[in-house]
Amino acid sequence: MPMGLTGLAIYKMLPKTNCKECGQATCLAFAMQLAAGKTSLDKCPYVSDEACEALGAASKPPIALITVGTGERAVEIGNETVLFRHDKRFVHPTAIAVTVSDTIGADELRDRIKRINNLFFDRVGQVYGVDLVAVRNDSGDPVQFAKTVSITQKETPLPLVLLSENTAAQEQALAVCGHNQPLIYAANADNYEAFTKLAIQHQAPLVVKGDGLDELAQVVGKVLCLGHGQIVLDSGAREVLKVLVDQTQIRRQALKRHTKSFGFPTICFAGAHGTPGTALDAAVYIAKYAAVLVLESTDPAEVLPLVTWRLNVYTDPQKPIAIEPKVYAVGNAGRNAPVILTTNFSLTYFCVLGDVEGARVPSYILPVDTDGTSVLTAWAAGKLAPEKIAAFIKECGIEDKVDHRRLIIPGGLAILRDKLQELSGWQVLVGPHESAGLPSFLRDQWT
Amino acid sequence: MSVQLVRERWNGSAQEMTLGRHPHAVKVGGESTLPFLHFEGSMPNRPVLALEVTDTSPQDWPGVLSEPYREVMGDPVHWAMACEKEGADLVALKLDSCHPEKENADPEQAARTAAAVAEAINVPLIVLGCGDESKDAEVLPIAAKALQGHNCLLGTVTADNYKPVVAACIEYHHNVVATSPLDINLAKQLNILISDMDLPLHRIAMDPSIGPLGYGIEYAYSIIERMRIGALTGDIMLSPPVICMVGEEAWKTKEAQSSDVPEWGDWKRRAVLWEAVTASVLLQAGGHIMVLRHPESLALVKAQIDDLMRK
Ligand code: B12
Ligand code: SF4
Repeated sequence: MPMGLTGLAIYKMLPKTNCKECGQATCLAFAMQLAAGKTSLDKCPYVSDEACEALGAASKPPIALITVGTGERAVEIGNETVLFRHDKRFVHPTAIAVTVSDTIGADELRDRIKRINNLFFDRVGQVYGVDLVAVRNDSGDPVQFAKTVSITQKETPLPLVLLSENTAAQEQALAVCGHNQPLIYAANADNYEAFTKLAIQHQAPLVVKGDGLDELAQVVGKVLCLGHGQIVLDSGAREVLKVLVDQTQIRRQALKRHTKSFGFPTICFAGAHGTPGTALDAAVYIAKYAAVLVLESTDPAEVLPLVTWRLNVYTDPQKPIAIEPKVYAVGNAGRNAPVILTTNFSLTYFCVLGDVEGARVPSYILPVDTDGTSVLTAWAAGKLAPEKIAAFIKECGIEDKVDHRRLIIPGGLAILRDKLQELSGWQVLVGPHESAGLPSFLRDQWT
Repeated sequence: MSVQLVRERWNGSAQEMTLGRHPHAVKVGGESTLPFLHFEGSMPNRPVLALEVTDTSPQDWPGVLSEPYREVMGDPVHWAMACEKEGADLVALKLDSCHPEKENADPEQAARTAAAVAEAINVPLIVLGCGDESKDAEVLPIAAKALQGHNCLLGTVTADNYKPVVAACIEYHHNVVATSPLDINLAKQLNILISDMDLPLHRIAMDPSIGPLGYGIEYAYSIIERMRIGALTGDIMLSPPVICMVGEEAWKTKEAQSSDVPEWGDWKRRAVLWEAVTASVLLQAGGHIMVLRHPESLALVKAQIDDLMRK
């Protein structure tokens, strides 16, 4: 129960009969489990209506979960529970949106969308990229806007963000794409009635924009009163310092004070000029709670560092991503293929895999089980002892797959060489420190 | 109706360290708030940026990185002057030549180079050893003596070699970089050992051993964040400022090194951003001194610090 009710406070509202039907020995035990978020209220059949309402409202997440788009590419944002990732983890990664303007010609538009669709990168064995396309109503013309939205929707599988504070423009654009639940941007102090109506009609999430936090809270309150709860927040800040301060304040309000009007994910905009400094501001917004980040740039040199940072900051600090320790064949590895030793930390394995693939030399990779830690971390923690490596070589079946007995180890493990040769009976070649050196190493030293 | 702001009430602060000498001394740290949250505490000093210089021509710097230094590489004095001109708040001289597996240069020679560099620039000097623990324990005290009066930052030291270096920092009045392998308790322990020798905490900089963007940065980010919160909540052994070896780590990555991956965009732009974004997010975590390599990432990070310090 992230809302912060204590077990005791919950207990007071339970029947206190200890009937055990909830699966717990006592009502108190059930209350404690509930407080820890480990069970749900519906498990107790006897809880009173009032208690249900009080506890139900309290058990709502402090930051709402919002969905943009429909189907496979739908994006979930919000539902975060901490200020610092080391307290638990950040859960729903920042959705990155890239803009298109409704003032450019149809060909240029298709070109740009194609570039956006291609902003995907292989990392750690998975593909990561941008999530949304944001259409900007720069022309001010509703017809032009709807036309651009229509083309964009056809050309990209990504859900849309509709950037126009003009009611007529939103109306026409939503007539084109409303069934796909785009993110509507934005209801403000003047247009919120019409915008909320549109959002309710299309069951689409709505950004509420205020000029500062005070106005934001007021407009959110009005939208909630009109009956729409799928809200994303924009405090109107655009300079990096102001954004940082507002983002921090909104997250604190939601988590520490349960302020109702701030219990929603947020949207941030990174610079309108595509200058390189924009990427640094964008990185700050990813670190500091942006649920949606709108970028102007389609330059992979700028987007790749941001996608990477987002992946890093949203990983679970409790568990490193590991792969299964076994023999992996890269390409059509034959009986003379190189055998490459590494660790089963995903990041390490996929670095090595990428470089071996790049070398175009069919090979075998043996990731030793190091509990998902990197080469030097594992070494320093005593998880890469030569005995363990030698045993893995015997057990994994590589000796049946190749005729030679030559093993390549990472440069960082040079110190293991002699001992490992002795224990395994394999000849051990010390490779370069970085796997990026493997292609030339294989070319020069493996014949 | 206006929103009642949530303000944290911190009861501690980071140490304020002074490097270099009058009138060009630089102060770092001293804040009593999380990074750049000027509304709830003071941040009297900007985070500072150093550019790295090595006393031999580095062999592993990719083309886009060595390009701006083409004319001065191999000449640490002119290289350091070029860095100062680029706007570096500090110069970080790395005594790579001393490494036993490289030139294994004589410590006296390296110390003379360091002194010459210190004389040639106005900004404060950071002197980093070659990374070999026992050789550094020999080289850094000799450098400390040669640099007497310059109030430098010397390092790095580990739990295994800190003693002679810290003793020399006390005798010749310098400050020390204490390195620990991404572990907050080890960092704390090393601070305790060093302050037991009577070097005050405001003369220690903590190096948490960062990972670069894409390669372990999240660990560094969280450790630094925890260090900063520790300092603010009164854990005095976590209060020294934090130094991050950003350039060294960022330029090792494939993304910074690969010239020929068109789908990753322009090489130089991407590599520079790899370094600058790494620094930018570590500043958000609470880092104080960023040691960088490329003058363009220096300019980018500096511009962002300007924006973040505009109260
Ligand atoms: C992130 C990190 C951690 C994370 C763990 C992350 C993980 N899942 O592994 C945490 C915080 C948990 C951690 C803990 C420790 N760490 Co640590 N950690 C790092 C850090 C910052 C980055 C490691 C990383 O992810 N690298 C990225 C991966 C991809 O690198 P990699 O596995 O080495 O792979 C590369 C190469 O080795 C090579 N390669 C890999 N396989 C192969 C194969 C072949 C054939 C070839 C040719 C090349 C090759 O290519 C890859 C890409 O370049 C490094 C410092 C640094 N900046 O490198 C310290 C570092 C590795 N850690 C270190 C230490 C000492 C520790 C601890 C023992 C400290 C402690 N607290 O006690 C603990 C051990 C924890 C444990 N009990 O498991 C030391 C190791 C010192 C040494 N030389 O022995 C380092 C170097 C820090 C330092 N400078 O002191 N660490
Ligand atoms: S089911 Fe309800 S009443 Fe029965 S023990 Fe569980 S909490 Fe108590």
